[in-house]
Amino acid sequence: MVEKLLKGPKCYYMWLLFLVAVIAVCGLVYIQQLMQGLTVTGMSRNVSWGLYISQFTYFVGVAASAVMLVLPAYFHHYKQFKRMIIFGEFMAIGAVVMCALFIVVDLGQPQRMANVMLHPSPNSVMFYDMIVLIGYLCLNAVIGWVTLEAERLDVDPPKWIKYLIYLSIIWAFSIHTVTAFLYAGLPGRHYWLTAIMAARFLSSAFCSGPAILLLLVLGLKRLTGFDPGKEAVKTLTVIITYAMCINVFFYLLEVFTAFYSGIPGHQHPLVYLFAGHGGSVPWVTWCMWAAVILAIGSLCVLIPPKLRENMNLLPWALGALVIASWIDKGLGLLIGGFTPTPFETFTNYMPTLMEVMVALGVYAIGLLVISLLWKIALDVKKEAGNF
Amino acid sequence: MNNGRRNFLKIAGISAFALGSGAAATLMGGAPAEAAGIGSYEESSRALHAKRWAMVIDTRKFRTKADFDKVIRACHTYHNVPDIPTEQDIKWMWTDTYDHVFTDDMNEQLPKKMLQDKYLLLCNHCTNPPCVRVCPTQATFKLENGIVAMDFHRCIGCRFCMAGCPYGARSFNYMDPRKYLSDPVPNPKYPTRMPGVVEKCSFCVERLAVGLQPACVEASGGAILFGDLNDPQSVVRKALAENYSIRRKPSLGTQPGVYYLV
Amino acid sequence: MYNAKYVIVGIIVFAVLFTTPFWFGAGSGAYKRPDVVLPKGETECVEPVEYMRAEHMQLLNTWRDEALRNERRVYVSSTGKKWEISLQNTCMKCHDNKADFCDKCHVSNSVYPYCWTCHVAPGGNK
Repeated sequence: MVEKLLKGPKCYYMWLLFLVAVIAVCGLVYIQQLMQGLTVTGMSRNVSWGLYISQFTYFVGVAASAVMLVLPAYFHHYKQFKRMIIFGEFMAIGAVVMCALFIVVDLGQPQRMANVMLHPSPNSVMFYDMIVLIGYLCLNAVIGWVTLEAERLDVDPPKWIKYLIYLSIIWAFSIHTVTAFLYAGLPGRHYWLTAIMAARFLSSAFCSGPAILLLLVLGLKRLTGFDPGKEAVKTLTVIITYAMCINVFFYLLEVFTAFYSGIPGHQHPLVYLFAGHGGSVPWVTWCMWAAVILAIGSLCVLIPPKLRENMNLLPWALGALVIASWIDKGLGLLIGGFTPTPFETFTNYMPTLMEVMVALGVYAIGLLVISLLWKIALDVKKEAGNF
Repeated sequence: MNNGRRNFLKIAGISAFALGSGAAATLMGGAPAEAAGIGSYEESSRALHAKRWAMVIDTRKFRTKADFDKVIRACHTYHNVPDIPTEQDIKWMWTDTYDHVFTDDMNEQLPKKMLQDKYLLLCNHCTNPPCVRVCPTQATFKLENGIVAMDFHRCIGCRFCMAGCPYGARSFNYMDPRKYLSDPVPNPKYPTRMPGVVEKCSFCVERLAVGLQPACVEASGGAILFGDLNDPQSVVRKALAENYSIRRKPSLGTQPGVYYLV
Repeated sequence: MYNAKYVIVGIIVFAVLFTTPFWFGAGSGAYKRPDVVLPKGETECVEPVEYMRAEHMQLLNTWRDEALRNERRVYVSSTGKKWEISLQNTCMKCHDNKADFCDKCHVSNSVYPYCWTCHVAPGGNK
C-alpha cells in the first residue's frame, strides 16, 4: 500500500514540500537548542516544565480520542463510524509520534534517553507512560494497517484483529490515565494534586480529539470529496458535546472544592490563572478568559440540536472548543501547576520564539505522518470503491 | 519459487528477530560488571557512619548576612556551583523569608523579627523522597544512611524530580555551568556538571565517606549540627530533645531530614 | 526481471555508497598506533597495562556505580593495593596530561567520551 504515497495531485506534493520545509527550519532551531542547552527556552528553576511537556500532555489526549470512534463501532456495532475509523487510528499514530518527540525535545540529555529502558524504574510513572505510549503506537499501526489491507482486498479483516481492537480500546483509556498520574501524584503541586485529574484529562481528550478529527475530516471532504457520512458526523458531534459538558463540569468541581473549602493552597493557582498576582496580570490570564468565552460559545452552538446540525456553524464551534481545551490543558495546566512556586512566590513563564519554533517543528512532523497515512487510506478507499 | 521466497522471508525474519533480541539482551544484561571483576570494592576506613543522617539548623545563631554567606559560600565553592544571575540559576543552599520557607505555618502574628529574618534552605533528604519516586532512570536514589544522592552520569534531564520536589530544592543546568565558573574552577578536586542535568545538595556524601563533616557544617561554627537521627547520643538528637524544632511542609509526609531550631 | 536497468544501477549506487569509508581510507596508509605518553616516574597503574587498555571504560563504569550507589569508594586491585575511587583525583593524578594520554587514543579511534564536560581535566594540559 506504500506505493500510494508516490502518486498524487500537485497540491499533495506542495503540501508535503511545505511541511518538510517547516521541519527543516525548525530542525535547525532544535540543533541550536542542543548546542546551547534548554536556556533558549523560557523555562526557569521555578517553572521547570513548559510548552513541550504541555503539548505532550495535550497530544496524548488527541491520541487517546480515537477510541471515541472505535468504541461505538466495535462494542456497540455502530456501523456508521466504520468509514471514518481508519482516519482516527492514523491520526492517533501521528499524535503519539508528536508525544514522543515532545518528550525528546524537552530532555536535557536526549542522547541518554535509552537509560529509561536500560535502568527500568517501576516506581516512576514516566516508566509506565513510555510503555503504554509505545504499546498504543504499535496497536494502532497494526490495527490500522491490517484493516485497511483487508478493505483493499475486499475481504473481512482477520479474526485475531478484533482482540487487538478490544485491547486498544482499554489501552486508549490507560494512556491518558497514566499521563494524568504524572501530575496527580506529586505532593505540593496544589493545582495537580486532585483525584479527578485523570477523569478531567479523559473528558477533555474525548471532546478535543474528536473535534480535531472532525475538523480535519470536514476539510478532507472539501479537498477530496470523501464523505464521512452525515449520520457519523451527527453522532460524533453529540459525543463531542457530551464530553465537553463533562469537561467543563469537572473544571467547575475543582473551582468549587478550592473556594468552598477555603484552603489557600488550592485557590492560589486558580486565582493566579484568572486574576494574576499582586495587581500584575500575566499573559496567561487573558488566555484563560478567552478559553472561558470560547468554551461557553462552543457549548451554546453544540447543545441545541438545530445549531449543532448546521454545517456552516459546526466548524466554528469545533474550532472554539479545540482552542478552549488547548488553553486549559496546553497552557493553564502547566502554568498553574508551577505558579505559585513551592515558596508561594510567582515566577512568570512565557515560551520563547525558539521554543515555539521547536514545537511547530514537532507539529509539522506529526502532520506529515498523518498526511502520508491519510493519503494511503484515501487511495485505498477510492480503489475499493468505498469513497 | 513462490514458496521458496516465502520460506526465505520467514527465515530472514526469524534470524533478524533473534539477532535483535540477542543484542537487546546484551544491553540489558550489563556484562561490564563481570569484565571489571578482577578487583574488589570496600568502604574507606575513615568513613563516617549513621543509620539516618540528619541536619539541625539553629536559626537563632544566624544573625547577619555574613553568617549565611559564610556557609553558602563554603558549599557552593566546594561543589563548583555557578552563580548565574537569571531565573535559570543553580542553588544548593540559599535563604528566604519565613512565609516562603514555612508556607504551611501562616501565622501573621509571629514576632516581627521572625517574619523578617532569613532562613537557610537546602535539600531536605526526605525519608519518603518524591524525587526518588518519580525518577525514571534511578539517577536520583536514596542511600541506606538516608541521604538522597544523585548520579549525574545517568540523569536524562527530564526534570520530573523538579516537579516532584515540594521544597524547590532542585536546579537544572539550562546552560553550561562552566561559563559562570572561574577558570580553573573553584575546587579542582570536585567535578562540575554538564548542561542538561539536574543537581542539588548531596549532604556532602563524598566528604562523609572520608571522615569529614559537610562543608556547610564545618563552616557554620556550630550553627548547623549534623549527625545520626537514630542515635539518641548524637548531637542532633540532643539538640532536638532540648529545643523546639520545626520542619518544612510536614503535612506532605515526606519526613524531611533537616530540622530548624526557632 | 523487469525494470532491470533501474535495479542494477540502484544496486551499484548502493554498493558504492556503502563502501565509501573503504575508498576514503584506501589512500591514507596503514593504521599507526597512537604514541600515548605514559606518566613519568610512575611504575604501576591500578591494574596491569593490558587490562587497563582493554577494560578501563568498564572499570570506570563499575567504579562509578560502586562509589555512588554502594558507598564503596575504595578499590582493592588484583595485587591487593588500595586506591581511592576517583577519575579526577586518582587516575588523573598520575595521568596528568589529558591531551597526550586520553585524547591520543580516543581521537585516533573516533571515540569521544564526555568525561571532561563534568570532570575537571588536570592542569598538565595547559
